[in-house]
Amino acid sequence: MSYSFLDFEKPISLLEKKIEDLRSSQDQPDVIQSQVDSLNKEIIKITKELYSNLSIWQKVQVARHPHRPHFSDYIEKIFHNFDEHRGDRNFGDDRAIIGGTATFKGKPVMLIGHEKGKDTKDKIERNFGMSQPEGYRKAARLMKLAEDFSMPVITFIDTPGAYPGIESEERGNSQAIAYNLSVMSKLKTPIIVIITGEGGSGGALAIGVGDNISMLEYSIYSVASPEACASIVWRDSSKAEDAAKAMKLDASNLLELSLIDKIIDEPLGGAHRDIQKMSSVLSDHISEQLEKCSSLNISDLLNERHKKIMSYGAIE
Amino acid sequence: MKKWFDKILPSFIRQNPEERPSPIPQGLWQSCPNCNEIIYGPDLEENHYVCTNCGHHIRIGARHRMSYFFDNNEYQEISESIETKDWLDFKDTKKYKDRISESINKINEKEAIISAYGKVKDREMVAAAFEFRFMGGSMGSVVGQKFTDAVYYAVDKKLPFVCFSTSGGARMQESLVSLFQMAKTAAALNDLKQAKLPFISVLTDPIYGGVAASLAMLGDVNIAEPKAQVGFTGPRVIEQTVRVKLPDGFQKSEFLLKHGMIDMIVPRTELKEKIFNLVSKLSPKIDEA
Ligand SMILES: [Zn+2]
Repeated sequence: MSYSFLDFEKPISLLEKKIEDLRSSQDQPDVIQSQVDSLNKEIIKITKELYSNLSIWQKVQVARHPHRPHFSDYIEKIFHNFDEHRGDRNFGDDRAIIGGTATFKGKPVMLIGHEKGKDTKDKIERNFGMSQPEGYRKAARLMKLAEDFSMPVITFIDTPGAYPGIESEERGNSQAIAYNLSVMSKLKTPIIVIITGEGGSGGALAIGVGDNISMLEYSIYSVASPEACASIVWRDSSKAEDAAKAMKLDASNLLELSLIDKIIDEPLGGAHRDIQKMSSVLSDHISEQLEKCSSLNISDLLNERHKKIMSYGAIE
Repeated sequence: MKKWFDKILPSFIRQNPEERPSPIPQGLWQSCPNCNEIIYGPDLEENHYVCTNCGHHIRIGARHRMSYFFDNNEYQEISESIETKDWLDFKDTKKYKDRISESINKINEKEAIISAYGKVKDREMVAAAFEFRFMGGSMGSVVGQKFTDAVYYAVDKKLPFVCFSTSGGARMQESLVSLFQMAKTAAALNDLKQAKLPFISVLTDPIYGGVAASLAMLGDVNIAEPKAQVGFTGPRVIEQTVRVKLPDGFQKSEFLLKHGMIDMIVPRTELKEKIFNLVSKLSPKIDEA
């Protein structure tokens, strides 16, 4: 896959193109190197400027960036010894949600997350990260497995929303999501929730209730995708940018509203510019959260979780 | 839990339902939106707004709903005075604040739900009813809070809980605050279950999105009125996505029953009796007390 840039990333892409051209030129290597060095400095400067000032709509674009790291990248880079556990034991296995056990710093963890897919074939197989009821039911099954075998659950959210299909309705999309909310609010094991890309509607929340809710710096989270909100409220899906602004769906606004607990900083230029670094920052975050949770006994943990859930939109 | 409850208890009980305007609409004759038959108003009222000609269940408001449920239309409201909060300073083609005042002025209700307690065939129960005419019955923070307060009132007083839902879903204008009400209502219902108190969820036309995918589907018993339309995604969006014509009766009560999502379909005129009967079995101990 060739590297693609967002429109507002154009100045960066132009400089990178220059570096590429230099490297293939016939000039003296030391001359090339000094020019490359100065171009790299320029790239850092421009990226800093661009990213210190992103609009909400630009954040939406970064959250959906074609090179944004996926759950499968994080599984590989942060965890060890991963085994995928498939199937809901009722109907099927939804590929839009991956679940499985792994070890993190030597201890077992349950990982559950959306996977949008990498290439075209993979994207189709994974339905672009839009789960059907089986996906949520698999997630619930694995959460209970984690509870039974006393391991923490870590969820990675990155979905445009639940899949809007006929069969989803026949098999009880609503019931599957509702059931998960019920399961997560009383699950007797820690749940760490990380929104890594798009947190879209009930499809996101279905694996999104827990003890610590954090968002990557340029991820988004809202009641509906900007396009869906625009089509419902404005009756015009082209008003997505307005809808994104109005919903205040970026991490900094949501932290201010106390709906999330923490913002996880992304590397310069976004997670896609340095997946290795992003993974190491995430790994530190997970360590910290697991330690925090393990300092509480289960009933205190559940009380704290309950308090948090009840605080959402509580009116004095 | 208890402490929190005691703190809010004195402020949220109001005892003046009789000050409300009569739920009976003004016109003496009304036409059925399904068969267009002109029906004499008092006959319609007598029949709980089920068309006397075709059996169509005409949509009714929350207060109207309560009047059919509680004995002698007597009930005390819970958390009646909480007012809508504009968390996001939301504005689309109109300001959220203005949409709220319009709804209040239009139907003389403060929000899209009423929570209350009272007697049903002499047995004390707590009930919530959604008001579809208030911003499509959408669930924002106040709806989530009033629902949750009602659940904890039931827990505290050891009473069964009933909810009559009708809603377009989570309220867009409060975005994530609305989405998180789904978790809040689900968590509250866990505590009701923990206390071994039944939750009867009554599905009335229509219910979609965040309300379907939380409290409405979490009943110990899920009951639907005939031909109520209930789903996660609206039919228009599904049709645009899958590009096939939706089957007849898609997402209607009969569809839900066939696909295992509800226990039974009960006509509106029999709801009170049926709920009382179910509660008597699920929670008989309190009956004897
Ligand atoms: Zn009729």
